[in-house]
Amino acid sequence: MINHIDLSTVLRRTVCDLYSNLVTRPTGAAVRTAIETQLAELGGRTVTVIDFSNVRLLDFSCADEVVAKLLLPYCADLPPRDAYFVFRGMSETHLDALEYVLARHQLALVLQQDDGIPVIVGAVSDVERKAWETVVELGSATCDEFADRTGAAVEDAETMLTELTRRRLMMKVDDQWIAVGAPL
Amino acid sequence: MTTVINVPPSLDDVTFEQVLEQIAQVPVDEKLLVDARHARWASPFGLTALLTLAQSRPERAAFAPPEAEDTLSYWTRAGFFKYANDLFEIVGTTPRQRPAGESDVLLEITPITKSDDVHEIVGRIQQKAQHILTRELNLDAKATMGFAMTLSEACQNIVEHAGRGGWVAVQTYKWTKRLGRRVVVIAVSDAGVGFRQSLESAPARVRSDRWDDAMALEEAVVRGVSRFRDPGRGQGLAGVRRYVGRWDGKLSVRSGTARIAIVPSWDDDVALKEGLPLFPGAQMQITIPERTVAAGR
Repeated sequence: MINHIDLSTVLRRTVCDLYSNLVTRPTGAAVRTAIETQLAELGGRTVTVIDFSNVRLLDFSCADEVVAKLLLPYCADLPPRDAYFVFRGMSETHLDALEYVLARHQLALVLQQDDGIPVIVGAVSDVERKAWETVVELGSATCDEFADRTGAAVEDAETMLTELTRRRLMMKVDDQWIAVGAPL
Repeated sequence: MTTVINVPPSLDDVTFEQVLEQIAQVPVDEKLLVDARHARWASPFGLTALLTLAQSRPERAAFAPPEAEDTLSYWTRAGFFKYANDLFEIVGTTPRQRPAGESDVLLEITPITKSDDVHEIVGRIQQKAQHILTRELNLDAKATMGFAMTLSEACQNIVEHAGRGGWVAVQTYKWTKRLGRRVVVIAVSDAGVGFRQSLESAPARVRSDRWDDAMALEEAVVRGVSRFRDPGRGQGLAGVRRYVGRWDGKLSVRSGTARIAIVPSWDDDVALKEGLPLFPGAQMQITIPERTVAAGR
């Protein structure tokens, strides 16, 4: 199931209908709580598109509260639910705050650029980025197909895909791996 | 008995130390008369620090405003008397507060006590900052958002750590003496617990033999240490440092008896000063200079 969340709407609904800036930790915590509540109501496997288009400013503290603290539990060994995230509508200044926060927590996320092309932002190695991009190119892939394309041993390919899945950058449907945010 | 404290003609982060040196000689419960009659100029740091000084005295200090009309008019436009009238016993009368209008006061002195104040401040600064940073300081549009982020983080430091409210002011001016260029300056000041006491409140903090205001400033400003265990904390000041570094700016933070600075090549300040007269809370100053064509940044 694909779920769309407009952050500026959440901000106005949960904090103040006059605000258009995501600043301060209490604001970020309130927005994140609203997102988590929405996710809990959905249940099952979800891909949530989090839209920053109408957010003017995102500061470091709020980026930490809204994005990092939202992602952290899902990247742990026992995530609260089978949820994946795609971010969109991010400006260069949003990314400035976000990249710093992601690096600090060793997190990464999928950003859908304005032209629709997904990219990974945050703390990923070149090998992980290449692996993810390979699956995007393939549309979806079994472990064998991925190993075949990259020339990796099957065990190494599975380790890589599993790790990207743990980091919420990839999802596994039956025997197929699908890159989060890739056009279907 | 009342002790007269002379405010220097030009009041900024450096000359404010002269004010504190005088106060250090006076018992804390003694009444002060802060004499600003001969003051001709004050930076946002100077004005916010004067309000902080008033907050830090158990007995309400008296205050003699500047005699020069243009100085008095500027301090009024900057919002100083809006708060000084309550915090000090003003000797004589001060002009009525008028809207700042078009001036080099980007943000008049504004109190910060809660997160909502930060939203309000950031909202107010954005439009005006864009115009001044891009047109007058030749910074590109990216600098404007970063400036608002920096302001937000600097103000949040008070809300999160000071334990009591503080002040913020933003102003542009030509810094003839030290730089010969225009600058935009953010000053944030509070009379709260200060960096050392804030870090001491961290759970399970291990104390070292050397622990003082200077070390607390190094930990917080340079290493991004916070009193919270949460690994995401401490990013605000780190973000401020990054912004200042990117735009060749200067960051200085004074707390207790020490002052730390991230010093750019155009300034000859020292990175760390210790053994200064005690002043409560924390005072932060962020200076972003006009971009020159030669600098190319």
